[in-house]
Amino acid sequence: MAEKNMKSAKILVFSTEKISDPAIDMAGLLKLHYPPTVYTITVPCSSGIKSRWIMHAYEKGFDGVFIAADGSDCIFGESCTEKTGHIVSRTHELMKQNKIEPARLKMAAICSVCSESFVKQIKSFNEYLLKNSNS
Amino acid sequence: MKKKIGVYICHCGGNISDYVDVEKVRQAIENEEGVSLAKTTIFACSDSNQKDMVADINTNQLDGVVVASCSPKLHLITFRNVCERANLNKYNYVHANIREQVSWAHSDDKLGATEKAIHIVKAAIAKVRYAESLEPNKIVAQKAVAIIGGGVAGMKAAIALSDKDCPVYLIEREFFIGGRVAQWDTMFTTNETGKEVVTKLYNNLILRPNVTIFTGAEVIKNVGSIGDFKLKVKIAPRYIKDKCKEGNLQKAIDACPVVLPDEFNFNITTRKAIYHNFPSEYPQSPVIDIKNCTRCGKCEQICENIDFSQKEEILDINVGSVLMATGFDPYTPKDGEFGYNEVDNVVTLPQFKRMIELSDKKLLFKEKEVKNIAYIYCVGSRQAEGENTYCSRYCCTSAIHSSLLVKKKFANIYNYHFTRGIRTYGKQEVLYAESSQQGDIYMQSYEDALPIVSRINDKTIVKINDILTGGKEITVEADLIVLVTGMVPRADNSVGALFKLPKGRDNFFNEIHMKLRPVETFIDGVTISGACQGPKNIMESANSALSAATKSYSYISKGILETEPIVAVVDKNACSWCNSCSEACPFDAISKIEIGEKTIASINNAVCKGCGMCLPVCPTDAIDLIAYSSKEIESMIDSLI
Repeated sequence: MAEKNMKSAKILVFSTEKISDPAIDMAGLLKLHYPPTVYTITVPCSSGIKSRWIMHAYEKGFDGVFIAADGSDCIFGESCTEKTGHIVSRTHELMKQNKIEPARLKMAAICSVCSESFVKQIKSFNEYLLKNSNS
Repeated sequence: MKKKIGVYICHCGGNISDYVDVEKVRQAIENEEGVSLAKTTIFACSDSNQKDMVADINTNQLDGVVVASCSPKLHLITFRNVCERANLNKYNYVHANIREQVSWAHSDDKLGATEKAIHIVKAAIAKVRYAESLEPNKIVAQKAVAIIGGGVAGMKAAIALSDKDCPVYLIEREFFIGGRVAQWDTMFTTNETGKEVVTKLYNNLILRPNVTIFTGAEVIKNVGSIGDFKLKVKIAPRYIKDKCKEGNLQKAIDACPVVLPDEFNFNITTRKAIYHNFPSEYPQSPVIDIKNCTRCGKCEQICENIDFSQKEEILDINVGSVLMATGFDPYTPKDGEFGYNEVDNVVTLPQFKRMIELSDKKLLFKEKEVKNIAYIYCVGSRQAEGENTYCSRYCCTSAIHSSLLVKKKFANIYNYHFTRGIRTYGKQEVLYAESSQQGDIYMQSYEDALPIVSRINDKTIVKINDILTGGKEITVEADLIVLVTGMVPRADNSVGALFKLPKGRDNFFNEIHMKLRPVETFIDGVTISGACQGPKNIMESANSALSAATKSYSYISKGILETEPIVAVVDKNACSWCNSCSEACPFDAISKIEIGEKTIASINNAVCKGCGMCLPVCPTDAIDLIAYSSKEIESMIDSLI
């Protein structure tokens, strides 16, 4: 976990090109603020995220990883939600094995206009991570 | 690994540099491994900067380029094209978003924003180091377009595409062509009626052999993507073989015992179960509303062309692009909203327009002559508390136009307009002036003090604190109250979900960018036009339809379409065929092949869509996605921390 008493947690967001990225862009357009220590890496689909990328993020010092999933809006098919869920489950197992709190990986479906939802989720995740780091 | 990377950091006027210290960003990245050129620029997308970039790439023999600016949705293609003009393969370009996801999102924290921008540009540099020169996939594009929605926008788009020698399938869910415009009488500025406009377009369309019109038709399935959409279209039967003889048709309609509210007239009149909306409507064949038909057989006895044996049909259509023109619904006020459904003489603007057209000599409402008409504006639009915060744009003009029409057509009409500020933009201002000159009374209120409708002693009263007269309380006794309702998205927009079309905050279909890419959607190959995209008048709808037709045509005109070469690749040494990737692939793009004594996975590049679903399921981590490989993603993560 990162240093204590930090102002905001370092969060890596995996967003998707067609669905959640537009929502995150729109959050900026609407000046909906969230911590500047939230970084986004765009991928085509949330069900294509490798567990090793998530584990790599923790290893390098990210406090949390947030998967802004396509959910039922996925352009590649209806199985996306289930498959992204499996990625989270598998990664949780790896996190447990590496003594990383599974709650530091969060997933939520973010649709292309879910800007407010994204900011709300990120703020809440940030608060959780800060609280956890100080406890 | 790239050794000569050029990095450009954009001020975007002040959109970025007001919050991000772009010079500090430049200094922070200029010594990154592989960076040989780092510049700031006021507008990276400007012609002059693009020319400078081409010169820089050529002069410095750059092998990778990063631009840190706005969202890649806006200018990724712009800068890829710059690379191509400089003879650098466009896939050696990486875009860093430091506007929407940095300067705007963190305008409250300049230091934090600058720090984040530095990391994001470093991550883009890390990614471009591994970028490879690629060639786009080339697929055969079906040279045909499906237009969904047969209103004015859909018909205009169909004509435009037909003119380009492009086969068109015009798919209309209703049994008659024309959409909302068919419901309108004379229109500003031409004084043409909606029916005349629809007739003119329809007569034009039916002469074209490359346009196929389906009515009562609905897209029920969509498979495929840009260049090759495979649609299943369900065609509902009309239960009528051909045109009835005119006399017989009317007799059959008269004989039908079923009486239903007529949706075409917004339920102010009734129709039969065998019906057409108006006598000359296209196609000129009535339809039987089978849900409400009692099968009494009376129409069959009169008209030999009635055929209850007709069955629903399912058609398969293969097109290269889809153009959405599904239109809008008028806002339906909630019960009690300005007395709607609670006070007797309250109607909506669409109902009022139908009343004007259908009334003769005297304007009657519930058999009582109407003289004093109160118009309450912005009902269902510009809501302070409600979902529809947007302005519907057409309703001020439409209400004033209707008030002029009603005054010309009927004697002793007095119009009272309860507005929130009139928005008759452009030439439509002429109507406002004419209305004011002929003595219509205009009052105005703010959103927090809307007019109040009440019923007092059998009289309908509208009360307002009029800000144009210093907040004076004014009451009007109205014979009819017209709620000037705005536009809302279609109640049934399920066809949008079939194509995964994103919606905006107003719930209309959303374009990529209202100025730069106004008819394109995030779904490649699907364009949007008309009022399904947001409130528009006819002229604006027609313009957007022509724009969407041109864009749709541009996708398919060459017959060959270039798509992103983002496909999965298998590490032959690491793969030991377990079938997991094949099971995960939703497109059946993975099969097994034998190489020597080894069985491994093989990707069919023509079928792979680059979703990456096969990546995380591989137990030996033998699959990567081009441009999203583990080394690229992990190097980006290293740069972000």
